Formats: sequence, C-alpha cells, structure tokens
Amino acid sequence: MTKATPLLLIEGLTKAYPGVVANKDVSFSIGAGKVHALLGENGAGKSTLVKTIYGLVRPDAGSMRLHGEPYAPADPNAARAAGVAMVFQHFSLFDALDVAENIALGMQDPPPRSTLAAKIREVSQTYGLPLDPGRTVGDLSAGERQRVEIIRCLLQAPKLLIMDEPTSVLTPQEVEILFRTLRKLASEGTAILYISHKLEEIRGLCDSATVLRLGEVVDTCTPSEVSARDLAEMMVGQTLITPTRVGGTDGAVVLEVTGLSLPASTNFGTSLKEIGFQVRAGEVLGIGGVAGNGQDELLAVLSGETVTDADTVRMNSQPIGAMGPVERRRLGVLAAPEERLGHAAAPDLSLTENAMLTGAQRRGLTRNGFLNWTKARAFATEIIEAFDVRTPGPGHVARSLSGGNLQKFVIGREILQDPQVLVVNQPTWGVDASAAAAIRQALLDLATKGAAIIVISQDLDELMEISDTFAALNEGRLSSPRPAAGLSVEDIGLMLGGAHDLEVGHGAA
Amino acid sequence: MIRLEKRPEPSRAWTWATPPLAVVLTMIAGGVLFAFLGKDPVIAIKTIFWDPILGEFAFYYRGQLLVKAAPLVMIAVGLALGFRAGVWNIGAEGQYIIGALCGGAVGLAFYPAEGWYIFPLMVIAGALGGWAWAMIPGLLRTKFHTNEILVSLLLVYVAEQLLAASALRWLKNPEGQGFPGSRNLAQYPAGSNPELIAGTGMHLGIVAAFIAVIFAYVLLNRHMTGFHIRLAGQAPRAARFSGVNPARLVLFCFGVSGALAGLAGLFEVAGPAGQISIDFNTGYGFTAIIVAFLGRLHPVGILLAGLLMALTYIGGEAAQSTMGLPAAAIQAFQGMLLFFLLAVDVLTNYRVRLSRGQA
Repeated sequence: MTKATPLLLIEGLTKAYPGVVANKDVSFSIGAGKVHALLGENGAGKSTLVKTIYGLVRPDAGSMRLHGEPYAPADPNAARAAGVAMVFQHFSLFDALDVAENIALGMQDPPPRSTLAAKIREVSQTYGLPLDPGRTVGDLSAGERQRVEIIRCLLQAPKLLIMDEPTSVLTPQEVEILFRTLRKLASEGTAILYISHKLEEIRGLCDSATVLRLGEVVDTCTPSEVSARDLAEMMVGQTLITPTRVGGTDGAVVLEVTGLSLPASTNFGTSLKEIGFQVRAGEVLGIGGVAGNGQDELLAVLSGETVTDADTVRMNSQPIGAMGPVERRRLGVLAAPEERLGHAAAPDLSLTENAMLTGAQRRGLTRNGFLNWTKARAFATEIIEAFDVRTPGPGHVARSLSGGNLQKFVIGREILQDPQVLVVNQPTWGVDASAAAAIRQALLDLATKGAAIIVISQDLDELMEISDTFAALNEGRLSSPRPAAGLSVEDIGLMLGGAHDLEVGHGAA
Repeated sequence: MIRLEKRPEPSRAWTWATPPLAVVLTMIAGGVLFAFLGKDPVIAIKTIFWDPILGEFAFYYRGQLLVKAAPLVMIAVGLALGFRAGVWNIGAEGQYIIGALCGGAVGLAFYPAEGWYIFPLMVIAGALGGWAWAMIPGLLRTKFHTNEILVSLLLVYVAEQLLAASALRWLKNPEGQGFPGSRNLAQYPAGSNPELIAGTGMHLGIVAAFIAVIFAYVLLNRHMTGFHIRLAGQAPRAARFSGVNPARLVLFCFGVSGALAGLAGLFEVAGPAGQISIDFNTGYGFTAIIVAFLGRLHPVGILLAGLLMALTYIGGEAAQSTMGLPAAAIQAFQGMLLFFLLAVDVLTNYRVRLSRGQA
C-alpha cells in the first residue's frame, strides 16, 4: 500500500547527545488513519524520536514532512498548532483540581467553564471514554487520569496522536476501552504513533511497526503477521530464553500474613484492608494490580519499614510483625522496593555504600558497629558481575547508573544475600528484555532453592510467566490467591478491577 | 544564554576547589565593600588575612587563632553530624550558653575547695547541660513533630535570659562589689581551664576540639551510626528501608551536637572568658553554622574552616581597631563567605553551558 503523500514522513533523522547517539539516520512514514508502532528496548531512542516530532528536541540532521510540507516544530506549541498531539507516559495533572480545570490549564485560550465542560462530555461520549469534568483528579484511577490527558489532546482534533507507553498503568479492561477509542480515531483518519514494549498489544492494534535498536531502525514489519517472539527478538537482536523451572507450592508455609489492616499514612496513600495470605517454601506469589492500590504500603509492612502487631506477620510461625528491617534481614526476610532512587538505593551514595545499605547484616559487612568497606566493595563487585550491571566500578554513585542497570543492582543485592523470603515490587520495571529475563530467572532459581518469593508487579505477562499463585491488590484489598496456571485474562481482569471502573463508554459501540 | 546542566556525578575537583574559590570571591567582594566605605581594600584584606599570621604582632594573634577556632570547630563538628542527617540544630548558641552555665555553676558550687575531681565534674556538667538543652527541640520534634529549626533557635533567647539572670543574681560574685558576673574561674585553680603552654593560648578545649574532629571523622566514615547519618540526610526513605530509626537518629544528632556545644561553652567560661557574664556568648554557636558548611560538613574541612573563620574574626577586630572599619562590615564580610560558598557550590553538581537562546 503506497500512498502519494503520507501524513508524516521522517527522513534521516539524527540526534546525538554527549557520549551517545540517540537516533541515527531514522526514516519512516505514517499514513493518515494508520496506527504505527514504535518498538524498542529502553534506550533504543524511541523517546528522543517522538520528542523530536513533538518539538521538544531539535534534530542534528534529517527532515520531517507533515502533509508533504516541511515540518520543523520549534516547540510543542508549534507541534500542536500543526495538529500533532502527545499523551505522555507520566501525567502532568494537578491532583487538587478537577478534570475541567486541568484541561483548561493546558490550553492557550480556554473557553468558559460551561462550554469546556460540555465539550469534554461530548468528546468523552463520542470516543467512549467516560469522564466527568467535575471530578477531582486526585480521586481518579490511573486509567481515568489517562483519559483526561487523551481528551485534552482530542479537543485539539489532532491529525497525529503520539502515545507513549499508554497501557503500562491500565487494567486489561481499561486497555480494551482505550483500544476501542484508538481504533475509532484511526477510522476517522487520525494517525496514531504508538510506543510500547507490550508485543501482544502491538500485534492486536497496529497496522505497521518500526523497530529501533540502539538508535537505528533495524526492521519494519506488519505486526499481525509476525509472532510476538519474533518481534521481541527483533527488538533485542538476539534469541530470548524464556525463564523455566519446576514449580512448587507444596513446601512448608514460610511467611504468613493474617488480618492486616492499616490506615493510610498520608492523604494520598492507600489503607490496607484485611489482607491475609501465605507463601510456601519454593513458591512464587504474584501480586498484580494497578499502581497506587496499596503496593508500596504492603511492601513496607513486609520489609519492616512499617511495623504492625507482632502476630500479623509470621515467619516459620515466629511473629515478626513488630520487627524492624534489620531484625527481619537477620531472619532472612528481604525486600526490594519499587522506587529505585531514594528508596531502594540512595542516589548520591556509591554502589559500595548502597551494597552496605541492606547487605550489612547478612553479608557480615560490619563488626561491632564498625564498617568493613573492603568487604562491602567486594560485595558490590560481586553484584555487578553476577547481574551484569553496566558501570565503570563500585565507586560510582547510584544515580549515575541507568534505571535498568540500577534495578539489576538492587535486585541482585537482595538475591545474593540468599533470602528465605524475598519481596520485590516491580522487579523488571524499565529493564531491557534480556535483563528482565535474567532477573526473572534469578528469582525462579531462588525459589527452586527453597525461598518464598512475593513478586508485586503491574506487568501481568511477567506475573503469569513466573508465579505459582496469583492474587490481585485493589484499593488496599487482596483477593484470595489462586493457582496461576489456568487463569484467563478475563479472570485476572476481574480480580484486578474489582468492581472498579469496568464500564465501557456509551458511544463506543 | 547560560544554562546549568546536572552532572551525572558530583565533580570531585570542584568539591575541593569551591571553598578556596569562595574565599577568593569573598576577598574581591569584600574589597569592593571596603572601598565603598572609603578604606583601602588591599590594606583591609591584608589586615584581615595576612597580619594575624605573619604580621608584626602575629606572635600574639596566632595563639588567639586557636582560642577562637577551637569552640567554632567543636560546635561545627557536632552540627555537621546533624546537618548531614537533615537534622537542623540552629540553637548551638543556646546549648553553648547552658553548657557554660552548668559547668560553671558546678565549679562555683565547689569554691573554694580544691581537688582534682572538680574540673572533670565541670566538664561533665557542661556536656550534660548542652545535651539537655538540645534534647528539648529533639524530643519536641520526635514526639510532636515540631519544627526543630524554630524551637532550637528560640531556645537561644531563653538561654540568653538564663545567662543574664545567672550573671546578675544566681551566680553573681558575692565579693564582686555588686558588679554583674560570677567569680573568676581563672583565679580558682581547681575549676579553671588554664593555658597548657604559657603564651600559646593552647588550652584543653583546643585538645578537645581536635579529638572531636577525629571522633566525627571515624564515626562518619567507619561506623554504622555515621553511615546511617549520611543515609538519612541523602535519602530518608532509603534510610528507613535500611533500618534506621529516624527518631533515634534525631535524638542522637541533637544529643551529640548539644553536648559538644556545651563542652565548648564550659572550656570557654573556665578558660579564655574566665567568668559567667552577661555578654559571655559572642555568637560562636551561630558562626559555627557557617563553619560547618564552609568545611563541607566534613570534619577535616571544618577544622580548616574554623581556622579560617577565626582568622576573619581576629583580622576583623584588628581591622576595626587599626582602620576604623565598622563591626557590621566585618560581619557582612563573614556572611559573604557562606554566601559565595553556597553559590559556587552549584558547580559541584552542575556544569555551566553556554547555548543559544532556545528553551
């Protein structure tokens, strides 16, 4: 299918940053009404490319054409004026304001509130995105917040809509709603540039795909005609190994949580309600759910950052609920929080010091309170080597590492301490596909050795791949764990969503 | 347009280069200030920085340098521990006063008895006094989440009232013919902190300041508590995750900084000052905040910064008396030092880039 003039034509785009070429001679085109996928690992240059299209980055070389006309936006305003809109992965919304106010803030010349509210309702009806303009954004789910961003874009009637990792925060049902909207938009002639690393979604939604690796276009394909595995291998450039192991849920109960209820510590926190579960030796319990439903709070209770009644958390029948992190580590209960910089690791401390952060007790890095830096450095080096952390050495500060590399360090630090119970939140977030596979394999190996593992994640594919049992966390409540084998996507979706947010817009049918 | 770009890692070179650069910039800006006041800037800067060390009367000034630097260093080392942990004890001046009062009162209570044990008791009382005064903001913060900056600062003024009451009533010299102020401890051998080597100004407080520097260095670099202090300051959540008890850390930092400030007060009142008087405190507790930051919150840096600050004190006084510079000009000059340090500090974490005007 050759078109006379594609909506957007990109030719030879190159952008270099000090020390790294983000985009090298990238060319592709998108036709009106097409959904085009941009595929690649972290650091492949997807973000730089879309920022260039959206006027946030100026290319060093190359040209763009929109509707056949030369297109070189000086800033996002110019891009918007030309009909290009973008929904970012991270929302820029004010919690304390309502939907209409948030949308008005993003406009050059906002209409009166009543007109705007009516327009928001109209657009949300048309595209099947239920949204009440009067609701406070702080009360909205992640999916609803994303709708605010999308509607903000749709009000400009864009010709090209860029979506950066839009489904990472959505439940399967919300994804379905979003896809219906996108298909409708495409059928009306809007081109959509869709960035994701979720391959099944791309296969289901996109008409064509451009695969980037290390800043260069390595392949183009029609996603529906190739397998997800092929897509992944194009992205990574090597054959992927699926983590394997012999599963086990017949070990002795290692960790048991009963009747855990905890009020939220801040206004925007989540309170935990009547949570109870068991994890056995050798078992991987996957806890799914959209971020902000109590994941951080649950992890804090398990790591010992939040203490509860002693009996609420038991390890090998011993009450540990009242113990702090240090005592729990001595017993073998380790954790890796989601937030890498500032929680799992201190940004301005070196990797050696960050190895000391949790390794002091189990790796014997201290003696009578005095620190043994030689041992700590050796431990840091061991983590770096075992988990292929890319850094010049353990003396470098944590924030100088890329997100994925730091993640490998943080997870590796806990795994190498030989835990009996390991709790990880978002273990492979921001990690490239091959490293993610390595981390998952390491978690499974640990389980095979008899550790009880709790994986909290928003990535359902990941949970299904490694969990023996699955439970969903929704608004601070944990569903009762079920064997992961045999759960369908619908089952999971229902467990995840609870009663929350399942409606499908009226106009979408 | 000038743009700041965050460095991936703090520059080691700039970490060491910024304090000298700040000193140079202070000299330049101070020189301009003195010129506006109608004084010769070169002579003024020379009077402040050169004469006390190598000038005609340096033999006198050099001893004074240590006498002035010791309390600054001792207090600043304690404060730096807290500042590193994100615990803001601004009231070291008050803890310094209370330490002097408690230690001095113990000495005066024994007067005129003689005994080797009296001075050690005074030292303990001084440290305890400072510690207890610092515990007030510490406990209020950990129990009631009050702002420790405000509480510790306001307690300075309470301490000043107690000092005045002591000098005028409670500890007034009964043989002082009605003049305010206590007995002179310097004339009470069991309770005094004399010069160790005559003519050098060297007294026990100076020794104690050196010990404090070493203690703090070892604590911060080799001990778990010091590691927790650094961790808590840099990443509070990571500190909790690591197992730091934030309340305990706050109390520890307040306790140590208060005790050190109290000790500094005791050594001062029993030594160079000699007596408890209304104007006993001269702002060491506040200046020590500048010293702590000028020394990059690093014990060795603080030692050097304390000496530098003492130099500006002594040189400043000399400039006041010989050149007639107003005291406020000297204070502004000292303030500039901190100002420039904080300003050029940006270079440690950011690099400056010149670019065309494109947002």
